[in-house]
Amino acid sequence: MNPILAYLIFPGFCFTAAVGMLASWIDRKVTARVQWRVGPPLLQPLYDFVKLLGKETIVPRGASRLTFLMAPMFGIVAVTLCSTLVWTAILWPGKSFGGDLIVLLYFLMMPAIAVIIGGFASKNPIASLGASREMKLMLADELPFLLAVFVAVIKLDGHIQLSKFVELQQANGMVFSSVSGVLAMIVAVITMQAKLTLIPFDIPEAETEIMSGPYVEYSGPPLALFKLTRMMMLFTLPMVLVLVFLGGMNFQGMSILWSILKYVVLLVLIVLIRNTNPRVRIDQAMKFLWGPMTFIAIIAVVLAFLGW
Amino acid sequence: MGADDVYRYHCRRAGLLRVVIYMGLKLKALTRSPWVYHLSTGSCNNCDIEILDCLTPRYDLERFGIVLVGSPRHADALLVTGNMTMKCIPRAKEVYEQMPKPGVVIAIGTCSLGHGVFDGSYVMPKTVDEVLPVDIYIPGCPPKPEGIIAGVAKLLTMLRQKA
Repeated sequence: MNPILAYLIFPGFCFTAAVGMLASWIDRKVTARVQWRVGPPLLQPLYDFVKLLGKETIVPRGASRLTFLMAPMFGIVAVTLCSTLVWTAILWPGKSFGGDLIVLLYFLMMPAIAVIIGGFASKNPIASLGASREMKLMLADELPFLLAVFVAVIKLDGHIQLSKFVELQQANGMVFSSVSGVLAMIVAVITMQAKLTLIPFDIPEAETEIMSGPYVEYSGPPLALFKLTRMMMLFTLPMVLVLVFLGGMNFQGMSILWSILKYVVLLVLIVLIRNTNPRVRIDQAMKFLWGPMTFIAIIAVVLAFLGW
Repeated sequence: MGADDVYRYHCRRAGLLRVVIYMGLKLKALTRSPWVYHLSTGSCNNCDIEILDCLTPRYDLERFGIVLVGSPRHADALLVTGNMTMKCIPRAKEVYEQMPKPGVVIAIGTCSLGHGVFDGSYVMPKTVDEVLPVDIYIPGCPPKPEGIIAGVAKLLTMLRQKA
């Protein structure tokens, strides 16, 4: 497969965007059903995206124009790259390279950094507040998330190549089937919620207090790109967890259903957490992520070293 | 620049057929996902509460893709309630200018149509439609949520026919 085509079309941009929009629709529809509503039609995320593309772009006076308009690009490029890496490891294990786990973990941070850059560049006090909260949240969730991924690395004999994750887990059973794996998975699911900035961790864009935070000055196509980045993260991040803890996906015969089920269960879990929790304050979130979550993650690492 | 101006501008720039398809798609998308921003220009809070009622799960405006947004930069429609008081005139203009075009203005409540019971007051020199280009008026003191939804649905049908 041509790497450019792979990046732009199949496991990359087009595919991730399409599935991300579908995931976003499932999110909104399940939320609506939880609240006893009908919910939006299937093409709603697409309508939102096309509508935003057709709107005027406003750059606030005094804002850094180049940085303001480039920030959404960083996010979308990074999330596309993450998705391509994950799907390359699943579909064409031979194309995977040693150490691509590290690349993946770095690029997973980029969408949050893009939001921070965009928020600070827009010269709006509310956007700056949202960006600084996003930065604190990112610092808080990276530590437990990396420790949780470290558990999987220990369980799989120290390999840091994504295709090895798939190969070894499909041969010896998934990481999730061990005690340390379960603990790490719990930590990873909760930090995933923080990385997606969904309730209870939607502190950076709390609509009721700091009106959508870093996005407050964005309009038209840049906002559309940010929205699309979020939708694509809703697809990519659960896929990373499926790859690291649940043994990736297998597309032979009936195991297709089992593979898709892994992703759908994670997505529904995200939506249910989102719908049954209140928003926490930023200090509570940091205490929670650096306290109990990091503690559980460290226990999981120790258990993994002991071979549990 | 209103929706019509954008349309004419694009007509001048490219082939007509392509533009009709493109603008049709764009306007269709606009009518399928109008994000609303709630602007109170000195109302008694009655219409505001009815607007909030519209957005509750009972009436479920997300069926039409309508979402309440917190920033005028994200908005496609301004929901203006209340008398236009003197202090509010420059602010309302500013909010309208911050809304990226194409966008519409919806005036809600008897006060925003004329001045309602406050007619002749010295602090309210202008009505909403003397300050902002209003696309649709929804009368009532306050209008019922069903009335607001019916008005917005009529506006969307109108825009769709224009597309």
